[in-house]
Amino acid sequence: MHIDKDLVAASATPLVLGILADGESYGYAIVKRVNELSGGRMQWTDGMLYPLLHRLERLGYVEASWGTSEAGRRRKHYAITQAGRETLADRQQQWSVVADALKQVWQDVQRPPTVAEGWA
Amino acid sequence: MMSTNPELEAQIDQWRGYVQRRRAISASDVEEMEDHLREQVTDLTRTGLDDDEAFLVSVKRMGNLDEVSREFAREHSDRLWKQLVLVPEPSDGGARSWRELGVVLALALGAGAAVKIGVELFADEMVVLRNIGLLVLPFLAGYFAWKRKLTWRVGAALLLPFALLAVVLNVYPFEPDGSTLFLAASHSIVALWALISVAYAGGRWRSDARRMDYVRFTGELAIYFVLIALGGGVLIGLTLGTLSLVGVDFEPVLESWILPFCVPGALIVAAWLVEAKQNVVENIAPVLTRVFTPLTIVMLLVFLGVFATTGGLLDVDRELLILMDMVLVLVLCLLLYSISARDSLAPPGLFDVLQLVLVVAALAVDAVTLSAMLTRIAEFGFSANKAAALGLNLVLLVHLAWSAWLSVGFLRGKRPFDPIERWQTRYLPAYAGWALVVVVIFPPVFAFA
Repeated sequence: MHIDKDLVAASATPLVLGILADGESYGYAIVKRVNELSGGRMQWTDGMLYPLLHRLERLGYVEASWGTSEAGRRRKHYAITQAGRETLADRQQQWSVVADALKQVWQDVQRPPTVAEGWA
Repeated sequence: MMSTNPELEAQIDQWRGYVQRRRAISASDVEEMEDHLREQVTDLTRTGLDDDEAFLVSVKRMGNLDEVSREFAREHSDRLWKQLVLVPEPSDGGARSWRELGVVLALALGAGAAVKIGVELFADEMVVLRNIGLLVLPFLAGYFAWKRKLTWRVGAALLLPFALLAVVLNVYPFEPDGSTLFLAASHSIVALWALISVAYAGGRWRSDARRMDYVRFTGELAIYFVLIALGGGVLIGLTLGTLSLVGVDFEPVLESWILPFCVPGALIVAAWLVEAKQNVVENIAPVLTRVFTPLTIVMLLVFLGVFATTGGLLDVDRELLILMDMVLVLVLCLLLYSISARDSLAPPGLFDVLQLVLVVAALAVDAVTLSAMLTRIAEFGFSANKAAALGLNLVLLVHLAWSAWLSVGFLRGKRPFDPIERWQTRYLPAYAGWALVVVVIFPPVFAFA
């Protein structure tokens, strides 16, 4: 399924922070986790994750450190910070407000015939 | 578990090279993304794809590199600015970069020492001034000789004309304060500058591309040198002011030590900066041409208007000729530096028209003054100064007139841009030739007056 670009961009920050809240991780594992969580329906442009991670790092929401992968390559690991957890909680509230509102809209959309009858 | 497929490694190498060219993506970002790519490839091959397919899918998932790099640029806009790394990290070659800094500083110090020794050795200030190019510029040539790993043969070929200039300037029986002495000294700098181009080009001085590089280098060097001089001036002013408050007279130290060492040293350091930055930071000279081409056109049109309304030139002397030479040199620089930065495949644009207007206006102004000048010379005869100024005027005139002719053809779509560019670089030796004539032939012709 294709998901609108803006929607992907808006949800990327809470998704990444949420995944990191479970424990430190690295770029490829984060993308894989997003795939699992969405049942493969959310396909990110993988390259875009890195500028986002750097932005979160600059804002102080995550901390990066270089480690080594099991294959012996250098790998950058990211861990969420306290500020990141606070932002995540904040975002969670914002998203639940949006989700609640949307839920009601979806319910209204499912009953268009009654509205049409009223006009008739 | 790692795949050691050489074909896959080659593909990844190619991809890495492609990403590394993006200015906004740093080396560690590339490393991070490469790790991602390899993980993805490994996972995909486990699901049954072969290496080739897995690589293609992984690259595709990484996304359009233009967009990714734009995203990086948005996050790290500073990277687009601060690209000048003077002492690169020892990723390739280790200590080499520090060695270059050492060589540069040693040469800068050497140039300063040469001037200082010259000042101490020759009591006459004029002798130092006439030899200043001979004292300083060998160190600049030395830097390029080191940097380009010049062969001994080229080095020897450079030394010969250098020695000739040194002999002419110091052995000719010039009259003190005579104009031939002044002309020879000033034109020897131009001849020396042409010699340095050979060192700069690593001996390949016939190459048009190398010559254009040297033109670019000269423009950037001038700008960097001026900037360093401005900064140095501020520091000197602050030091002078502060020390005078505590009653210390700084001027003797300034005159006898700081200026003789810092001014030549700044030239070498500026050359090194230009070398270090060449591919990384936009050249400034072409940017300035964009600003000054229209302004110079206005200036030239004002000249023409004034000449027309006042009915000619009242007092025509050599100063006017020198002034006109300077106008033509300015126009030439504007032309040269905008050509140096122009994409030779781009179609004719508004700026090319402006440039033609500029050159034609300069030629018109020059024609007016030159005709006045020639009648004057016919009346009073030649002097060394007039002949030198007139000769330079003619050399410049040929350069600009032929450039104008070529650009007319280019603007009318009859010719590609390349001949215009090639004409600029091919003609440059004419200036060195003329300078040599003034240095070597003028003094005897005008009786060393």
